[in-house]
Amino acid sequence: MSSSVAHADHHHEETFLSKYVFSMDHKMISKQFLITGIIMGLIGMAMSIAFRLQLAYPDTSFPILEWFFGSKWAPDGKLDAGYYMALVTMHGTIMVFYVLTAGLSGTFANLLLPLQIGARDMASPFMNMLSYWFFLLSSIVLLSSLFVETGPASGGWTIYPPLSALPKAMPGSGMGMTLWLTAIVLFIVSSLLGGINYISTVLNMRTKGMSMTRLPLTVWALFLTAVLGLLSFPVLLGGGLLLLFDRGFGTSFYLSDIYLGSAGALEHTGGSPILFQHLFWFLGHPEVYIIIMPALGITSEIIAVNSRKPIFGYTAMVISLMGIAFLSFIVWGHHMFITGMNPLLGAVFLVTTLIIAVPSAVKTFNYLATLWRGNIRFTNAMMFAIGLVSFFISGGLTGIFLGNATLDIQLHDTYFVVGHFHIVMGCAAIFGMLAGIYHWFPKMFGRLMNKPLGYIHFWFTFISAYLVFFPMHFMGLAGVPRRYYAFTLLPEYGVWFDVNVVMTLAAILGGIAQIVFLYNFFSSIFIGKKSGTNPWQANTLEWTTPEERIHGNWPGEIPTVYRWAYDYSNPAYDEDFMMQNVPDEGVEEELFETSKTKVNKSAKKPKPEAVTLFTLIKNWLKPNTI
Amino acid sequence: MTTQAPEQTGRVNPKKFSLWLLLLGILMLFSGLTSAYIVRKGDGNWFDFEIPSIFLYSTIIVLLSSITMIWAYRAAKKDDIKGIKLGLSATIILGTAFIISQYMGWLVLSDQGLHFVNPKYGDKVSASFLIAIAAIHLVHILAGIIYLAVMLINSFRYKIHKKNTLQISMCNTYWHFVGFLWVYLYMFLYFAPDF
Repeated sequence: MSSSVAHADHHHEETFLSKYVFSMDHKMISKQFLITGIIMGLIGMAMSIAFRLQLAYPDTSFPILEWFFGSKWAPDGKLDAGYYMALVTMHGTIMVFYVLTAGLSGTFANLLLPLQIGARDMASPFMNMLSYWFFLLSSIVLLSSLFVETGPASGGWTIYPPLSALPKAMPGSGMGMTLWLTAIVLFIVSSLLGGINYISTVLNMRTKGMSMTRLPLTVWALFLTAVLGLLSFPVLLGGGLLLLFDRGFGTSFYLSDIYLGSAGALEHTGGSPILFQHLFWFLGHPEVYIIIMPALGITSEIIAVNSRKPIFGYTAMVISLMGIAFLSFIVWGHHMFITGMNPLLGAVFLVTTLIIAVPSAVKTFNYLATLWRGNIRFTNAMMFAIGLVSFFISGGLTGIFLGNATLDIQLHDTYFVVGHFHIVMGCAAIFGMLAGIYHWFPKMFGRLMNKPLGYIHFWFTFISAYLVFFPMHFMGLAGVPRRYYAFTLLPEYGVWFDVNVVMTLAAILGGIAQIVFLYNFFSSIFIGKKSGTNPWQANTLEWTTPEERIHGNWPGEIPTVYRWAYDYSNPAYDEDFMMQNVPDEGVEEELFETSKTKVNKSAKKPKPEAVTLFTLIKNWLKPNTI
Repeated sequence: MTTQAPEQTGRVNPKKFSLWLLLLGILMLFSGLTSAYIVRKGDGNWFDFEIPSIFLYSTIIVLLSSITMIWAYRAAKKDDIKGIKLGLSATIILGTAFIISQYMGWLVLSDQGLHFVNPKYGDKVSASFLIAIAAIHLVHILAGIIYLAVMLINSFRYKIHKKNTLQISMCNTYWHFVGFLWVYLYMFLYFAPDF
């Protein structure tokens, strides 16, 4: 296409502002999303360590807490009970929306969609830029609520009324809640602008030969994620608007004549707080898949590349993603089993929920089958991808427990739920995101991340994540409720004190491991080893772009696609990978007569090296090579 | 703006496609709200009332405005600048009339004792629902009128003609969508007491 040439002609000088700040280049926007996501992630993690300290040592004074949060929120080095709730709420909000929705989808959809489908940029680069700026604004508004006098929102990230609908319900329900709602409205705008763009880009801007069945699974996952966001976020917006009417104008959509200790009975009558739960979880459940699906897509890609094998069951992977996407809209009731729901309706939600196990199991099976007898390269990204598979299994199994309406009556609002969703959604998605960062870091910055530091990061994070979240299941089975400030007043939970201490120490260990990651990430931008164009010998189109990462992605024509994304270890070729833009064998034969001999030579497959602990350690100790 | 046109491979214009996706999102917003209506009604303690007839006039006005919009769009395709201006102006006037008519509808409701805020009458949340749904819809109509005004200004600058119909065709799509969205909402609210 000639536009690329024309593009080079009127390439204007870029200033610092237009290149790094008000950039419309999808690669720069992806970095902006990533860095903002990392900062938000650190804040969310710091909060979790603060309240874990409280849970493990409810009676101990930590001067550092007072120094950090001030004497109002942590008098005498002990977290204030109300502020504990605020921290839990903000931790949930930040992690769910700001890190794992915007940080994950925003980063990788922006980076990978145009590069992997062969487009010069998004359908609307301007909307893309707006999407980031709304996200940043939303983050700032949310964080600013930490500094208001009455404290940030404290009613849980699910903002159930009446705590969210009644400004006088508790301190955090006032200004903090207003800022929370403002931030989320901005966030929804950002997410819709981004999502519309992603869908439009994938459907309309694929390069020649890139049929939907040749798309890498990352693109499929990010595409379906965007569809989920587009269909579910507006419903939350509707629910949020009714909430704003209740807060601001005094309507009674969600509020009824409940009795408040301080203010007596409310003036509202007839509102239904359960209605809000329906509207919230109609978004809330797809949101869980908005979080996990990009991570699954990233994992599919990384596992195939590093096993040097085609992904097992490509079509099944796509269909299972679609199945998960579809089912996610008809399972929201499983968050509400104990709201006095009609048992028949509960049974329906139970069945739809358990059906999700089918596509999820298909995906897990396919990951394992791809790994099976693969020529596995244990890169940092691969470790995190395998970590995701581990979390997806162990967290998914507990999902089957919780999906049972009868069991859920016992387990609801206990630590079992906390353990379940942190493993299957929190850890799995974070590991997917980290895997993506390690894998596509060379594409973003042209350098490799330090490998030994990556292994340290992986093992400490992996072990600490299981140490923190696995015991929670046992606590939940014993009936320990979530969201309690201190268990000192409840002697029946005394047996869990030591466990709480172990979990907190593990959380701190996990936090320290992230410092290793941060050092590795930021130092590698400047001093990492140069990566070359295709460091992982992958097939997808992003590795055909030049190292300079130019505006418009490809200096000449956009490559044409001749094959699917997973032509690894095909015995017909010399190399164990065949990039998507390399013409078919038939076409090749016309150009080079020698291709026949190639076939015979490479038909003999080398015997894969047996993976032993020794070879694993040997590989990890190697410097940055692959 | 961007330094290069996005390369297409012979599919629908990405901008137009993005608009369709936006409309899909808006549709989900209103399906959420009308579902909330049904769920809340199912809980009981609900005051059923007939939707005032003035909302029928709104519906007729918004349908008429769709016809004038078609007129403007056809004029654009025929390079009839005067027709574009007249059609767009008529659509803006009808859109404004729709807003006034909706507002009068709320006044009629108010006369019947059905306010947006009905403290102590929990069953009259039905009226809050009607007004909230209509108001959120009205915001979309307002956005449509702004869009139409931009188109009108562009037509005075001769930016809309036979060879540049993308903008007006997107505006056309949006306006029909919000119009028919109201028709759906009206029918929903009309038949809702019988659910």
